[in-house]
Amino acid sequence: MGHKLIKPVMSAEEAVQNVKPGSSLMVGGFNYAGVPYTLIDALVAQGTADLHLISNDTLYANDQHPEGVGHGQLVVKRQCRKVTASHIGLNRETQRLFNEGLMELELVPQGTFVERIRCGGFGLGGVLTPTGVGTIHEEGKQVIESEGKRYILELPLKADVAFIRGYKADRWGNLTYFGTGRNFNPAMATAADLVIAEVDTILKEGEIDANDIVTPGMLVDILVLKGDGYYASRT
Amino acid sequence: MLPVLDEEVIRHRIAKRIALDFEDGAVVNLGIGIPTLVSDHLPEDVHVLLQTENGVVGAGPKPEKDDLRFIGAGGRCVSLLPGSSLVASDMSFGLIRGGHLDATVLGALEVDSEGNLANWMIPGKMVPGMGGAMDLVTGARAVYVATTHCDKKGRPKLVKKCTLPLTGAKVVSAVVTEFALFRKIDGKMVLCEIAPEVTEEEVKANTTMDYTVSPDLCTMKGIE
Repeated sequence: MGHKLIKPVMSAEEAVQNVKPGSSLMVGGFNYAGVPYTLIDALVAQGTADLHLISNDTLYANDQHPEGVGHGQLVVKRQCRKVTASHIGLNRETQRLFNEGLMELELVPQGTFVERIRCGGFGLGGVLTPTGVGTIHEEGKQVIESEGKRYILELPLKADVAFIRGYKADRWGNLTYFGTGRNFNPAMATAADLVIAEVDTILKEGEIDANDIVTPGMLVDILVLKGDGYYASRT
Repeated sequence: MLPVLDEEVIRHRIAKRIALDFEDGAVVNLGIGIPTLVSDHLPEDVHVLLQTENGVVGAGPKPEKDDLRFIGAGGRCVSLLPGSSLVASDMSFGLIRGGHLDATVLGALEVDSEGNLANWMIPGKMVPGMGGAMDLVTGARAVYVATTHCDKKGRPKLVKKCTLPLTGAKVVSAVVTEFALFRKIDGKMVLCEIAPEVTEEEVKANTTMDYTVSPDLCTMKGIE
């Protein structure tokens, strides 16, 4: 069996060196669940800036967590040039930076967000969705009528790097997910040039039943074992 | 002037009235705030399958001990009921947009005469993002709005025409406030039920939305 099928296991610090200034970065997770916390913490420590963060939300930044939680920290630390998300209401810094013109923000309906990522990863030129028709969301977009119904043409989203969070991995990079941690992770695993997966356990190839695998290892480039940070150890 | 009711009474009254509309076996998505309370008021013989847009089909109440690996759409931990399933976001929104949900219940900043709904931003002030709301109002077979009749300054939330950015155009099926229930029938809003503390005139005086009064107008159901 070819060695190339075996995926490197790296420390988070080593893995995040692949994120360069100006990179577009997808980060999995919805609220607390399914977030690659250890990778994010390492990227915050590395300080790489000018990022285009593509994530459903920007987690929390509030009085209780002024430094931000998870990838919310990337916003608080001013490492993002742009954020593409569906909901940013729990991170006061994302709202403030956008309102003050200090950061670009693209808000996308959540179902459209995941479909755009799927288009990016599945070789589709876009998707026609009725979501947002008749609202300001359709402004500047192509509206297409088909079979008597109006749809917005939504274009693919891709990224240079994706940080995803899985549960079990094997050395081929095959992944399972746990709880509500699945969310955007399987879609993002298809849509980035480099996919780094943070997981709870790394097993030998063949130790995960093929029936349970959600993301095939061919999509995953680097494996990182989750650390013992507050949120990583609780999710 | 509308009578002043206790805030908890208002929240639970609205939630309870909406809960009475759901049939056994319905698949429903509940938004945050008052909509979340709907699940507390379902009649005992009505089992509703709660879907959360982040990936639970068959969510149960908040567990005794929080487990951050099981989050609901509002950021509160959820339990899984027997028979529930966990899905990814593409499947979850496929269920939502694909017409597989019987109903969604959401809050509102404004609802208007055509059944337009605005609930996701106040330009220049509040930009939380639409999250899953635009998909939910587009795809769910019925869209229930749970809202106080007026805002904190006493201004009507049921308005002639929405001035805030819309979440969805002509999507609202029913609006329930602490004082009234309106249903959209043939594209027009119709006052169908009214709370015992108020008169039709008082409702009218605090609603700028165009509506007609149902010939079957009755007291709001669910109020003891």
